[in-house]
Amino acid sequence: MLVEVRWHGRGGQGVVTSSELLARAAIKEGMYVYHAPEFGPERRGAPVRAYTRISDEPIELHCGIYEPDAVVVIDPLLQYDVDYILAGIKEGGLLVLNAKEPADVVVAKAKEIKLKVWYVDAYTIAMEIFGRPLYNTPMLGAFVKASGLVKLESVLEAIKDRFAAMGEEIVNKNKEAVKRAYEEVKPYEY
Amino acid sequence: MSTKKLGWRELPIGAIITTPGNSVEYKTGAWRALKPVYHKEKCVKCLLCWIHCPEPAIIRHEDDTIEIDYDYCKGCGICANVCPVKAIEMVMER
Amino acid sequence: MTEGRGKPVGLSGDLAVAYAVKQADVDVIAAYPITPQTIIVEKLAEYVNDGELNAAFVPVESEHSALSAVVGASLAGARVFTATASQGLALMYEILWIASGLRTTVVMALANRALSPNINIHCSHDDAYAARDAGWIQFFAENVQEAYDLTLLAFRVSEDKKVLFPSIINLDGFILSHSLERLLVLDDKEVKEFLPPKEPVNPIDPDNPKTYGPLDLYDYYIEHKRQQAEHFKASYPRILELMREFSEFAGREYKPIKTYGLEDAEVAIMILGSSAGTARYVARKLRAKGEKVGVISLTLYRPFPVNELLEAVKGLKALAVMDRSYSFGSPGAQLFMDVTAALINAKEKPLMFNVIYGLGGRDLMPDHIVQVFEMAKQVAKEGEVKEAQVWVGVRE
Repeated sequence: MLVEVRWHGRGGQGVVTSSELLARAAIKEGMYVYHAPEFGPERRGAPVRAYTRISDEPIELHCGIYEPDAVVVIDPLLQYDVDYILAGIKEGGLLVLNAKEPADVVVAKAKEIKLKVWYVDAYTIAMEIFGRPLYNTPMLGAFVKASGLVKLESVLEAIKDRFAAMGEEIVNKNKEAVKRAYEEVKPYEY
Repeated sequence: MSTKKLGWRELPIGAIITTPGNSVEYKTGAWRALKPVYHKEKCVKCLLCWIHCPEPAIIRHEDDTIEIDYDYCKGCGICANVCPVKAIEMVMER
Repeated sequence: MTEGRGKPVGLSGDLAVAYAVKQADVDVIAAYPITPQTIIVEKLAEYVNDGELNAAFVPVESEHSALSAVVGASLAGARVFTATASQGLALMYEILWIASGLRTTVVMALANRALSPNINIHCSHDDAYAARDAGWIQFFAENVQEAYDLTLLAFRVSEDKKVLFPSIINLDGFILSHSLERLLVLDDKEVKEFLPPKEPVNPIDPDNPKTYGPLDLYDYYIEHKRQQAEHFKASYPRILELMREFSEFAGREYKPIKTYGLEDAEVAIMILGSSAGTARYVARKLRAKGEKVGVISLTLYRPFPVNELLEAVKGLKALAVMDRSYSFGSPGAQLFMDVTAALINAKEKPLMFNVIYGLGGRDLMPDHIVQVFEMAKQVAKEGEVKEAQVWVGVRE
């Protein structure tokens, strides 16, 4: 089994961390991973991508991810750039959006290629928990529920390890954000 | 200087020379055309010759008089040149 | 690949190398930062600063000084490490030869990056190849696990009394250096078991003065070079022994050459670095469909495993040698020249052609591999090489 995930965000939102946490959670479950940020000029606000490969066997493939099985868009506005976010996604793949409601343009294209669309209002969750629009951890929680690729507990443990140095409060807030998005994310009915 | 040249198997690894200061085995006295002659009676023991000899081929005695080490002296003439009282004279080697 | 010994962690290539260097308990590190090696150097500086590694970290002002400093430290008897890439290697070029000729035990990580012009921070093998004549042992890591393991192995190999040559561990820039993979790391005690402290040979010693790098004219220079050449050749069986020792110790197999599908392959690709994994991934899929294809890759590039290669190519009709670099005006790129020279006198050898790929980080995709296998099959079918050198993944 080999699953390829592409994450979309904007520089400064921590989308690379989402991918990294997914990879760490998978390692905890004994799986093999490949996690890479997109390598290019980066600045706050510019669209950036990150990539994760998860497999139950050693991963030999070292090229880029062009036909992801899943795409997660952590920024609420990026979904409007439909061609960009859906580029290469496999038919029948998974799309997870940060949205109160998925935009019509996305739904139209997603329906064509039979994507499973899930969405969660990560903005509200982030504002209520962090007081700032920090989307990366809630969107990870949403992805975990939507994909079932790793267990929620693995992700929570990975968060504890990763953010431990920043203090217990930060760890707990991130765990809370993950859990809330995990609960609140729902599949879109066409 | 040894006359037998070593083969590659016999050389120390990395061309490291493990015998310190072995340049003393290579006597350069035969390079001279002119040779310095020391007139001790004129010497004022300033030791300028000893300081300036590039080889160094001047031996400093306890009483600050000197002696030319002809095994290594290449006859450059700097000693004669710097001596303030002309106590060293450059003469033909033969 | 079997799992073997160690605790599973997630690290990028750079961090894995830094961790191995820390566990190896090096004495002196001198390095200058250059993408994509910067994380190695920064992490090591952190380890030293935090007291996790008892080493002298010398923040030099250039790569030329970095290598010079570790050459000196190595001769003083220290276990030393440096790292660089691309332009940095080019800047330390003259010292590469000295590091080998003086029989230092420097271990260097090379996060393979393209040479300028123009400014490119991504993966090519230019820098690895640039060092290939200088007398360094060279390993190629295919993934982060190998980057970690080979770093530990490199210290053991370089410092071994039957070797005493510096080594380079090559890891693909960004693809491995900056990407996180799962790997198993040994614990500190295990590392110390495999890697005892360095026993210096002819170290700098004020009580027993020596001269390193003296004047060496036409009466002795060639004898010294011959000695270096013979010793480098003689180090090969010892390197294999140590690879076997490490394989047993870690429970993960390391050999100079990796082959896949060659039991019955008619055509094969030869390729170095992380792309070897991609090639194998494609070969697996093709073989499942009954195609007789194979992949050869090298974990040890210098000394070049000639006999193992001769053995591996028996039965192949065509071999595509892929180079992630270019050598202007030469009969083929660097690996192609190595391979053809190795096979030139073999009674049994495949038709060979050279494929240039991936320069400056241009991705090598499964489709490209399929394309190359198709070319090889065509060559095998026609019984001749019509185009000795082709490029893949380039817009015409």
